[in-house]
Amino acid sequence: MAGKAGDTDWRHTLAEAGPRERPEGHDGTPGEHAVGDGARIAVRRTHKLYLGGAFPRSESGRSYPVTSAEGHHLANAAAASRKDARDAVVAARAAFDGWSGRTGHNRGQILYRAAEMMEGRRAQFVSEVVDADGVSGERAETLVSAAIDRWVYHAGWADKFTQVIGGTNQVLGSYLSLSSPEPTGVVGIVAPPKAPLLGLVSVVAPVIATGNTAVVVASERAPLPAVTLAEVLATSDLPGGVVNILTGRLGEIAPHLATHADVNALDLAGAGDLATGMEEDAAATLKRVVRPEADTDWTADPGLSRITPFLELKTVWHPIGG
Amino acid sequence: MPDQTFEYAPALESRSVVSLSPSYSPHIDGESRPPASGEYLTTVNPADEEPLAEVAVSGEADVDLAVAAARRAFDTWSAMPGAERGKYLFRVARILQERSRELAVLETLDNGKPVKESRDIDLPLVAAHFFYHAGWADKLAHAGLGPEPRPVGVAGQVIPWNFPLLMLAWKVAPALATGNTVVLKPAETTPLTAMVFAEICQEAQLPPGVVNIVPGAEATGRAVVSHPGVDKVAFTGSTEVGRRIAATLAGGHKRLTLELGGKGANIVYDDAAIDQAVEGVVTGVFRNQGHVCCAGSRLLVQESVADEFLPRLRERIGQLRLGDPLDKNTDIGAINSGEQLGRIRDLAATGTTEGAEAWSPPCEFPERGYWFPPTVFTGVSQAHRIAREEIFGPVLSVLTFRTPDEAVAKANNTPYGLSAGVWSEKGSRVLWTAERLRAGVVWSNTFNKLDPASPFGGYKESGYGREGGRHGLEAYLG
Amino acid sequence: MTTVPMEGGTVHDSAAPGPEASNAALRAYLRGLPGVDEVGARERASELAARSIKAEAKGTAIDLAIRMVDLTTLEGADSPGKVRAMSVKAARPDPADPSTPPVAAVCVYPDMVSVAVDALRGSGVGVASVATAFPSGRAPLEAKLADTGHAVAGGATEIDMVIDRGAFLGGDYRKVYEEIAAVREASGAAHLKVILETGELGTLDNVRRACWLAIHAGADFVKTSTGKVAPAATLPATLVMLQAVRDHHATTGARVGVKPAGGIRTTKDAIRYLVMVNEVAGTAWLAPALFRIGASSLLNDLLMQRARLASGTYPSPDHFTTD
Repeated sequence: MAGKAGDTDWRHTLAEAGPRERPEGHDGTPGEHAVGDGARIAVRRTHKLYLGGAFPRSESGRSYPVTSAEGHHLANAAAASRKDARDAVVAARAAFDGWSGRTGHNRGQILYRAAEMMEGRRAQFVSEVVDADGVSGERAETLVSAAIDRWVYHAGWADKFTQVIGGTNQVLGSYLSLSSPEPTGVVGIVAPPKAPLLGLVSVVAPVIATGNTAVVVASERAPLPAVTLAEVLATSDLPGGVVNILTGRLGEIAPHLATHADVNALDLAGAGDLATGMEEDAAATLKRVVRPEADTDWTADPGLSRITPFLELKTVWHPIGG
Repeated sequence: MPDQTFEYAPALESRSVVSLSPSYSPHIDGESRPPASGEYLTTVNPADEEPLAEVAVSGEADVDLAVAAARRAFDTWSAMPGAERGKYLFRVARILQERSRELAVLETLDNGKPVKESRDIDLPLVAAHFFYHAGWADKLAHAGLGPEPRPVGVAGQVIPWNFPLLMLAWKVAPALATGNTVVLKPAETTPLTAMVFAEICQEAQLPPGVVNIVPGAEATGRAVVSHPGVDKVAFTGSTEVGRRIAATLAGGHKRLTLELGGKGANIVYDDAAIDQAVEGVVTGVFRNQGHVCCAGSRLLVQESVADEFLPRLRERIGQLRLGDPLDKNTDIGAINSGEQLGRIRDLAATGTTEGAEAWSPPCEFPERGYWFPPTVFTGVSQAHRIAREEIFGPVLSVLTFRTPDEAVAKANNTPYGLSAGVWSEKGSRVLWTAERLRAGVVWSNTFNKLDPASPFGGYKESGYGREGGRHGLEAYLG
Repeated sequence: MTTVPMEGGTVHDSAAPGPEASNAALRAYLRGLPGVDEVGARERASELAARSIKAEAKGTAIDLAIRMVDLTTLEGADSPGKVRAMSVKAARPDPADPSTPPVAAVCVYPDMVSVAVDALRGSGVGVASVATAFPSGRAPLEAKLADTGHAVAGGATEIDMVIDRGAFLGGDYRKVYEEIAAVREASGAAHLKVILETGELGTLDNVRRACWLAIHAGADFVKTSTGKVAPAATLPATLVMLQAVRDHHATTGARVGVKPAGGIRTTKDAIRYLVMVNEVAGTAWLAPALFRIGASSLLNDLLMQRARLASGTYPSPDHFTTD
C-alpha cells in the first residue's frame, strides 16, 4: 500500500492548494530564515496516511496544505483518495479477527501504551493543538492531558464492558441463556473537526477498546494531531490495520465509507452537512450509525456512550441437562 | 409386521371460541373508529381461502389521528408512577391468558400456523412477554441505562405476519413498560389478533391513546414510519423494507430498531447428539412453515456424518403431518398467503435449475388453501440462491463442511446475521463455534428458543437493536 | 404423509461388540455412541405426548394397548389365588364384552409361574416371569441362572431379567454383558426381556448404552424398569430405547422389542406411549410381539375407556373386576 505513482510528487493538486509559509514551525522544526544568515533551510514535512500499520502517501499522489488557526502554513498533509479509503477498509477488515480475538486485558494494555506514548510526545501535541485551535498553551495542555486520560479511561473498559453490558438471562426453560457484547466490525469514523485531538481520541478509543477496527477520516482543517497520533499508535504495539487514519477532503472520502458494504458502522461525529446523505447511504447495508450532535462537550465523562453503539449483543443458549 | 396402522383421527380445535366481527376499524384514542380512508381489505384463512373479516386500511388521516392520540396520552402515561403502569400491563397479561385459547384459534385462522404452535408457543410467550415487562415498569432505574431513564415518546411500530400477536407483544410490552405510547400497524394479511388486542386494551381500561392500532397495508406502514410526530420506529420484517425505513429516517431525530431477515446456519458436528440434532434441524426450519426470520434454513453438516444424518433427517421429515392448521396433530400448516407461496415456489425452483437436488416426502394437500411441502435441497453450494436468500418457507438447504473452521466460515458467509445453531456434545467446541458465529442468537444443542428475558436481534444486515430482556428496554429509553 | 424408509447410512454398528469383546472394547464402543441431550429428549417426548388421539383412533389405540399389556403382580404377598384370579382376567379382561382382546401376558415371580401356566393353558396369553434375583439383581450369577431355570422349567414363555446396575455404573460392562448372555442361554426358547432399570442409570446416555449392550448380548426386548424404583417408566427413557431399536433395525434388519413398565396407569398414559412407538420406531413396533406395557391398574382404565367409547357414557369402576 506504499505510495506509487506520485511518490515524489510535491505538487499540490487540489485547486485551493498553495503553500503559505511562516517563520517558525511550532512542531519544533526550525523555520526558514534567509540564506546567508548562517541559518539552514528547514526540512518541510509532507505527512502521509496511516494504513495497515504503514505510512504510505496517497495513491493519488496528492497532498494539501495545512494552516494554523491564524492561517500560517504548518505542513502538507496527504489528500487521500477513494482508493485509499478502500485500502483502509481492507486493512481494517484484515485486522478485525486478530484484534477482536485478543483478550480484553491485552487490548487494554495496548491502549494504555498509547497513552504512555502520547505522554512522551506531549510537547508536540500541545504545539499542534495550539496551532490548530488557536488556544493558549495552558488550554492546549489541558486538552492534551484529557486526550491522554481518555486512552487510559478506555483502556480500562477493554476488559470490563462484557461483564457490565452482558449477563445471564433468566429464561423459562432448562437453559443457560447468556448475552454478551461483541464488536460490530469495521467502523468508519468521521472525526470531529473542532477538537482535532481530544475529539479524535474520544471517537477512536472507545471503538477499538472493544475490538472493532477503524477507518478514521481526520479533521480536514486540522489533521496534524491525527498524523502525530498515527505515529504514536504505530509505536504502541497496536497491530497494523486496527486504526487507519486518512487525511484529506472530507467530502471526497467520507461518503465512500458510507457506501462501502464492508464497513459495519459509522460514527458521524464530524460529518456535518454530509451526515444525512451518509446515513441514507449507510441504510443500503444497514450500518449502525451514530448521528452527529450539535455541540458535543468532548471534555465530559463519556461513559459508555460511544462504546455501546459499536457493539452487537450475542445471545447464546444451551440446554442444562444431566 | 405391524398388526395395524395407527392413523390419527382429525382432532379439530373448535372455531366456536372465536367470535369474529364482520369488519374491524382502526383503534384510536381508546375506541374503534371507522377509517377516514373508507377503505377495507378482506383477510382470508390461508388454509381454505375463505374470507374471515373486512379490516380497515388506515390512511394518512387515520395515522395522523392515531399519532395525535398517542402524543396526548404520552404526557399522562409517561408521568404515571411505574408501578401503576406495570399494573395495567399485568392486567393485559392476565386477560391474554384468559383469552388465550380464543386468540390461538384466531391466530391459526388468520395466519395458517398449526394450532398446536399458536396454543403452545405463541400465546404462552405473548402473555409471558407482558408479564415480564410489567415488572420492569417500576424498576427502570435499575436497568443499567442510567439513573433516570426517560421514555422516548410516541413509538411507531410495524410488525410482520409470521407471529402476529407475538410480534405485537414484543413491540407493545416494552414500549408501554418504559412509558412510551404506541401506534402499531399489524400486517396486512394477519390483522385480526391485533384487533382483538385492541379490545383487550379496552377491557384492561388502558387510558385512551396509549395503544393505537392502525391496520392496513404498505402505505399505512410508510405513513406510520415517516410521521413527524413519531419519535421511535420499531420494525420487524424484510431486510428490503428495513433498508428503506433506515434511509427514510436518515438525518432526522427518530430512533430506529430493525429486526429483519436471516439465513441461519445450523451446524451439526460429527459428535452431535444425533437424534436431538435431527429434531432441532427439523423444528429449526419447518416450524411455522419456515415463516421464521431466525429459521435454520441452512444445514451445515459435517461431511463425515452426512450419510448417517440425512437419512434420519428425511425419515423424521416424513413423519411431519401437513394439513388443517386447526387439527391439533398438524405439524405443518398453510403458507400465509398466495403471494408468499409464489415467492417460495420461485426460489425453490431456482434451487432445481441451479443444480441442487430437491426432496420432499409424499404429501397430500387439502383442496384449497396455500400449501408447500417440507423440502430438502442437497447438493447445494454456497453460490446457489437457495443458500443465500431468505426463502421464508419450509425449505432447507443442505451443505457439508469438513472442519470447524470451514463450518464457521460458511455459516458467516452471508450478509445476514440473525441466528445460528451448533450441535456438538463437546463443550469446548460449542463455545469456540458460538464465539465465532456472527449472529445475534446462537442456539447450541437447541434451536428456535425464544423468551421474554432473552434479547433477540441481528448482526449485519439482519438489523439492529435488541428486543427482550434488559437490553430490549434500551430502544425505548432516552 | 407416510413414513419414508431410511435409506443407506450406517448406524454405529460396524464395531458392534461380539461375545469375545473385552471390557475395554465394550467401553470404547458404548462411549462411542452418539450422546443424548436430556433436555432435547424431554422436549421431544413432551411434544409427542401432546398428540390428540380421538374417536376411532382412540378405539384402535385402546385395543392395541390391551393386547400389549403384561398384566403384572410382583408382590411379596402374591399367592396362587391372586395369580389365578389375575390370569383369568388376563384371558378375558371384560367378561361383559367378549370383543375385548386378551392381554399379551401375565408377569409373575418364578415360584408363581406354574400357577399362571395352569390358569392360562390354551388362552394364548403368555407367562412372563421376572428372574435373576428381581428386583435388585444383587445375587451370584449361579443364583440368577437357577432362578431363571426354575421359571423356564415352570413353563414361562418370557423371562424378564434385571441387569447388574452396580456393575454397569461401575464401568464393568463385560460383567453386564456376560450375565445377559448367560441368562439368554438359560432362558432357552423363552423370550428374554432385559430390564435396564433406567431410574437407577442416572442419565439418558446410560440408558442408550445399556440398551445397546443388552441388544448385543441377546435381548429380545429391552424393558425400562422393575416398577420397584422411582422413577419407573418415563417417556424420555422409552424414547431413547425406541431410537436404539429403530437404529438397530436400520443396520441389521432385526427388530428388538421395547417394554416400558411401572407407573403407566391411565389410558392417556398408554396412548402417549403408543404415539411414541408409532412416530419413533414406526408402525412395525405397533404389535405385542415388539411392544409391551408392564402394568396392573392400567388395564381397568383401558377397559373403562373402551366401554365408554362403545356406549358413549362413563362407566363406574364397579363394573370392572379388581383382579
